[in-house]
This record gives sequence, structure tokens and C-alpha cells, in this order.
Amino acid sequence: MLIQQLVNGLTLGAVYTLIALSYSLVMGILGVLNLAIAELFMLGGYFGFAVVLAQLPLPLALIAGMAGAALVAAIIERIGYQPFRTAPVVTPMLSTLGFSIILQNIATNIWGSDPLQLTDEVFAERFDIGAVSISAIQLTVLGATIVLVALLAFLVQRTSIGRALRAVAENRDVARLLGVSAGRITLIAFMLSGSLAGAAGVLIGLHYAAITPYIGVEIGLKAIAVMVVGGTTRIWGALIAGPLMGVVEVMTVAYGGSQIRDFVVYGFMILILLLRPQGLLGGSRRNQDQRV
Amino acid sequence: MTMSMYYAGIFADVGILLLGALSVYIILSTGQLSLGNAGFMGIGAYLTSWLTVMVGLPLTPSLLIAAIVAGIIGVVVGFPALRLKGIYLAMATLGFGEMVRSFFLNFSAMGGPEGFHGMQHVSTGTIWIWAILVLVLVMVLETSQIWLEIRAVRDDETAAGLVGLNATSIKVGAFGFGAAVAAIAGGLFAHHHVYIEPGNFSFERSIDFVLAVILGGSTVAPGALAGAVILVVLPEYLRFLADWRFAAFGALLIGMLVVRRQGLLDRALLRLALPSSPA
Repeated sequence: MLIQQLVNGLTLGAVYTLIALSYSLVMGILGVLNLAIAELFMLGGYFGFAVVLAQLPLPLALIAGMAGAALVAAIIERIGYQPFRTAPVVTPMLSTLGFSIILQNIATNIWGSDPLQLTDEVFAERFDIGAVSISAIQLTVLGATIVLVALLAFLVQRTSIGRALRAVAENRDVARLLGVSAGRITLIAFMLSGSLAGAAGVLIGLHYAAITPYIGVEIGLKAIAVMVVGGTTRIWGALIAGPLMGVVEVMTVAYGGSQIRDFVVYGFMILILLLRPQGLLGGSRRNQDQRV
Repeated sequence: MTMSMYYAGIFADVGILLLGALSVYIILSTGQLSLGNAGFMGIGAYLTSWLTVMVGLPLTPSLLIAAIVAGIIGVVVGFPALRLKGIYLAMATLGFGEMVRSFFLNFSAMGGPEGFHGMQHVSTGTIWIWAILVLVLVMVLETSQIWLEIRAVRDDETAAGLVGLNATSIKVGAFGFGAAVAAIAGGLFAHHHVYIEPGNFSFERSIDFVLAVILGGSTVAPGALAGAVILVVLPEYLRFLADWRFAAFGALLIGMLVVRRQGLLDRALLRLALPSSPA
């Protein structure tokens, strides 16, 4: 029973990890909280569903969710971030809030406010390992998350784009002096972030075999708590915080009732904000301004 | 439903939103953005309803007690919030609001997820008496010495501290005052709709308050009134937008931030409209 809950928690945690990485890419590099990420996650789910319902293969659904969300993220960057680049940090956050309201309205009008459901179980197959039962879709969620995180790590740590991202995170002005096109890097950061949120949306949609326009507020927003617990200025903190918060939430539901889970998750976030603002993985205080 | 009842309902919504927007405005005046004022509203709604229905107190003392209790909770929340700024404060208050909603979902003594009812319906007039009282109170405060101190703390906290202002008590006090106003909004909401459930006090409600302040004008108190009118009345006149009104508000928010970051009303515009006022 306990191990079963652990597996369920890790599945939810994998999705949290992807959305938290999505938040912290933009937050860590640009210092901006993109509130529309919750809705990019929701849109990714719908894009993925459209592909699955068209009887196309699953990897295509993942790609469609990621590409679609990345495109919307690019629009948000141009209209919702660039005009406010020099404004106080709360201003771009409010403009992304405007986008999240717009995106939720669009989704409600296109797909309706009732949940869209997958008629036949796409991955009904389950594997039993001892007392633990794991479904094919849970394995897919975990596998896809590991692959995406590995790709992101490679991109950020080993490529010239990654170097430029880290340079802008360190010091935008110096990076520009050294020949990095900061505008292009900002756009790339938003699109990468959007694609991760989109992927998370596809995976959660398949996992629940259902999606609603409100999943962004229900799950996407909570990933802010996951990002904070991992450390807002270091993107890799999400790798620890995602699984941790997923397990905490599933355990709370299993042993404390489903109504109390948001209380626990957000309470954990506020405690971290107050007691350890650099996050679990933030290192010493001296090290706080290191961003990626 | 008669036409006058229909308009009374709309005016009641404007009054409650005005109070909610003022609660955000008061806290924002010290440079702190709260995304969790629906939490204080929820506390006010549940506490006022408990006092009138279960204890049997009249509405006015119930509202005042709820405002004081929420104000104390606001101060308690405001102290740790001193450690946080900007986005971090926004995230913490968002978390606080969601925690309050989650708490009432579990609070079976007041109905839990089933909600709570049994309140006496309150008239639109009463709602507006409270809304105007609070609006006038804030506007009077704005002409006082305290408001100069509040603005000094917002503009430069360190400098304000250097000239001897107590930034801590100003910021914490603003949280308490804002929370009390949000609680009055909640109490009136509960007695206007005569039914409440935790979902009434969600993140979307907090966002409504912030939207009203940013659209109406975030540097003057009457901006909250302008914002509340825009959010409630505009959709009534823009029927063709029926399904798209939220998208329209989102676009309006982004547009307003681009062309007029301070919102519709500001000091200069008020001076034009009321040449004799000292504002």
C-alpha cells in the first residue's frame, strides 16, 4: 500500500517537476514569474488530446503539446514580457496574469467547461511487480519526464544556447557586451519553458484520461509551490522538489483526506519562503545569487 | 425577476467588489502586492455568518467583530510577509489564500464542501453604506500625515527608515487594515447571496480584486471604484462579448499596463475633474 502510494506520488511528482522547471527557467534566468504557465500546461493537454483523439501516435501528441505551448509562450514573451522588461518585476507578472485569463477563456469557449475525456482507455495495461501495480501510462509519464529533463540538462549545460542562457542569468548587461543577443535568449527561455509546461499537460491529460480548462489553476498553480521548495534561483532544485511534493500530496490524500492536500502543499511553500528562501537546494546564503 | 431587482443585484456586486479592491489597494499603497485577499474575504464571510446564524448577533456587530479578527490575522500574516518582497510576497499570499480555502473545505462545522446557509438577506443599500464608508475613510486617510509616511515607505523603504519612519508598523498595519476591509466584503457577500462555499473565495476572486485596482487606478482610492464599475457594469453593456468577456478583461489589463500603467484614474485626472480638491 505504501509503495503503491509512492509510485502514484512519483507520477504526480514527475508532472510537477516539469511544470516547476518551466517556472524556474523563466524565473531563474529573467527573474519573472510567468503566471500564464499554468494555462500553457492546460493548453498543452488539449493539444495532446487533439492528436490522441485523431488516432495518431503518442510521441506526436507530446510534440504537438510542446510545440503548441512553446508558440503561445513566444507570443506571451513578445507582448507580455518585452514591453515591461525594465518595469518593476510585479508588472510583467500582472501582464502574464492577463494572458492566463485570456487563455482560460479561449479554452472554455473552444472545448467547453465540462471535462474532455478519452473514450477508450489508451493505456489500460497494468504491470504487477510484487504488491505494486504500475500502469503503462505511469511508466510513460516517468520515462518521458526523465528523457525531457536529460534533454534540458544537455541543452543548458553543454550547448552554446545553454551557455548564453546561463550568461544572461548571471548578468544580462555583461552577456550583451560579450555578444549574446539577450532578446533572442529571452525568447528561447520562454519557449523552452512553454514546451516543458505543454509536455506536462499532455502527460497529466493521458494519466487522468481527462482534461478541463481549470486544470491549470488546480495543478499548474501548485507547481509554483514546487518551484519555491526547490529554490527559485536554481532550476535543478525542481528535480528534488517535484518528486518530494508529489509524494507528500499523494500521502496526504491517502492518509489525511483529499480536501487537506492544498493546505499542506501551500503551507510547505510558505514555510520554505520564510525559513529557507533559497529553497532546499539553494546552498548557502552566500551562494544565493547564483541562478542556473 | 423585475428590472429593478436585476440592477440591484449588479449594484450589490459592484459594492462588494469595491470593498475587495480597496483591500488590495490599501496593502498595495505600501508597495506590497497581495494575491490572497480572497482568503481574508473568506474568513470574514464565514465568521460573520457564524455570528449571525449560530450566535444570533445582528449583522453590524458581526461584521465589526469579523473585521477586527481578520485584521488581527492580517497583522499576523503581515509580520512574516515583511521578509518577502515583490514576486515572493505575491507567491506567499497566493499560498495563504489557497490555504484558507482548503481550510474551509475541511471545516465541517461550517458545512465543509457543502457550504453554509441560513443568513438573512442584506439589501444593496446596506452594502453601499459600508462600501462608501470605507472608501471615504481611505480617502480621508490619503490626505493625512500617515499616508505621506505610507508613500515614503513604498517609494524607498530604506530612506523612509533613515528619516525615522517605522516602516515595519506601516507595512504590517496596512496588511491588517486591508484584511479587515476584505472581511467586511466577505460578510456582506455572504449575507447578500445567503449561501457561501469555499469555492467563492478562490484564487480567481483575489485576481478580480487586483484586476479592479490595476484597471481602475492603483495610485488613488477612487480607482478601486472605477475598476469595480468597469469589471461589473461593462459586460452588461457589451453583450456581444458575452462568452469573451474574461478574454476582453485580460486584454484590457495588458493594454492598460502598456499605455497607462497607473490605471484609468490618477492624481492628474482627478485634479482635472475636481479642480478645487487638494488631492
